[in-house]
Amino acid sequence: MFSNFVSYIIQGTAITVAVTLVALPFGLVIGLLMALLHTYGGKAINRLAAAYSLLMRGVPPIVLLFILYFILSGEINLSPFWAGSLSLGIVSSAYQMEILRGALLAVGGGQMTAARAVGMSRLQAIRYIVLPQALRIAIPPWSNEASIVLKDSSLVYALGVPEILRRAQQLSATTQQPFLAFGTAALIYFVLVFATNRGLDYLSERTKLPTHP
Amino acid sequence: MPETILEARNLTKVYGQNTIFKNINLKVKEGEAIVVIGPSGTGKSTLLRCMNLLTRADGGQILLDGEDITAKGYNEDKVRQHIGMVFQNFLLFNHLTALDNVMIGLTRVKKMPREQAVKKAMEELRRVGLLDRADHYPGQLSGGQQQRVAIARALAMDPRVMLFDEPTSALDPELIGEVLGVMEKLARDRMTMLVVTHEMGFAREVADRIVFMEKGSIVEEGSPDDLFYHPKNDRTREFLWKITELYGKKEKDKGGAA
Ligand SMILES: Nc1ncnc2c1ncn2[C@@H]1O[C@H](COP(=O)(O)OP(=O)(O)O)[C@@H](O)[C@H]1O
Ligand SMILES: [Mg+2]
Repeated sequence: MFSNFVSYIIQGTAITVAVTLVALPFGLVIGLLMALLHTYGGKAINRLAAAYSLLMRGVPPIVLLFILYFILSGEINLSPFWAGSLSLGIVSSAYQMEILRGALLAVGGGQMTAARAVGMSRLQAIRYIVLPQALRIAIPPWSNEASIVLKDSSLVYALGVPEILRRAQQLSATTQQPFLAFGTAALIYFVLVFATNRGLDYLSERTKLPTHP
Repeated sequence: MPETILEARNLTKVYGQNTIFKNINLKVKEGEAIVVIGPSGTGKSTLLRCMNLLTRADGGQILLDGEDITAKGYNEDKVRQHIGMVFQNFLLFNHLTALDNVMIGLTRVKKMPREQAVKKAMEELRRVGLLDRADHYPGQLSGGQQQRVAIARALAMDPRVMLFDEPTSALDPELIGEVLGVMEKLARDRMTMLVVTHEMGFAREVADRIVFMEKGSIVEEGSPDDLFYHPKNDRTREFLWKITELYGKKEKDKGGAA
C-alpha cells in the first residue's frame, strides 16, 4: 500500500515538473519581449509594457489564473494542463519582465552605444552585446522566480490538474493520513526547489565573467 | 590638397531648451590629427557623438567623404562602420575576451569569415601591443590595456576616421602614457583623427591643428604653435593658462610623490 502511495504522488511530481517546464520558458519569452519593449521601445510602447507589468503584479496569481484559465480553456478549448501552465507562465512573465528589465538597466546604455559605434544595428547590439550580459546578471533573481513558479504550480490544483498537491489531497482523504500525504508533498516541493536553485547557482558560477588576472 | 574626410557644416545641437552648440563648422582632412580642447560642459562630447550619428544633430549637415550622412534615409549603421570611436570609459564588451571584442565587428557587422577575422583582430591587437592579452576579459585588464583594446576594436573596422573622446581622462596617471603612445603612433601612420583631450603635451606634439571650443562654439583654431604661443583670443589664452597651470601642478605633485 505504501509503494502505491508513493508512486501515486510521484506521478503527480512529473506533472508538477511539466507544468513548471511549460510555464517558466513561456513566461521567459513574454517577459523578455516585454522587458526589451519597455527598455528600447518608444514612449507609447514603454507605457503599455509598464501597464502590463503593473496589472499582472497587482492581482493575486490565483485570481489571474482563474481569469486566464477561463479565457484559454473556454475560448481556445485548451486542456486544463495547457491552459493552467500557460496561465501560470503569463502570471510569471510580469515578474520575469521586471527581473530582465533590472538586468538590462544594470548592463547600462554604454554597451549599446559602443555596439552601435562599431556599426551594429539595435537588434544586433541587443542580441550580441546586451543580452549575453543581461542574462548572466538575471540568473540569481531568475532562480528565485523559478522556485516561485515551481511552488505556484500547485495553484493549478484548483483547475483539476492532478499534480502533487491535488494527489496529496486525494490521498489524505482516502487514507485518513493527512500528515503523511501533505508531508510527502512538502518534501517533494522542497527537493525540487532546492535542486533548481542549486542547478541555477551552478549555471551562474559557470557563466561568471573572470575578473583579475 | 588632401581630401576632406569628415565635415560638420553649420551643425547645431539642442537639448530641450539648451542649445549645446550652434553653427559649428569643422573639416577633418585625410591624414590630419585635430585636437579639440575646451572647458568641460562645452559640448565636445556631444559634437563627437553627432559626428558619427550616435546623437542626432538638430541642424546642419555632416559629410563623410563628401556624402551627406545626415540626409533622410541614410543608413546610419553603415556610416558608423567607417567612423571609429573611442570613449572616455573604454566601453569594452564585458562578456567578450580582448580578441572577441576586436573581432565581433568584423564577424557580425562586416560578415568576415571567422578565420580571416581572427587574423585581422590579432594584427590589430599587435598594433596596440596587446597580443599577449588576446584571451583576457576586460575585467582582467588594466584601464590602459582596456583602452588600447578599445582602440584596436575601432581600428579593426578600417575606419576612414577615428574619434577619441577624452581617451585618457579615466586613467590613472601612470597608465596615460601607453594610450597616448598608441595614438601618437597612429597619427604618425597618418590615420585621420579627431581627438578631444586635455593632454596638452599630446596636443602640442601630435596635432596638426588645434580647435578651441567654448560654450558651444569654436572660438579659435590653428596650428599648435599659433594657439599655444600666439593665441589671438583672450579666452583661448585664459583657458590655456589655466590648463597648463593645472597640468603643471599635477606634474609637480607626481614629481613630489616619487
Ligand atoms: N543626453 C543629454 N541630455 C541633456 N543634456 C545633455 C545630454 N548630454 C549632454 N548634455 C549637456 O550638454 C552639455 C555639453 O555636454 P558635453 O558634450 O558632455 O560637454 P563636454 O564633453 O565638452 O564636457 C552639458 O551641459 C550637458 O549637461
Ligand atoms: Mg566630454
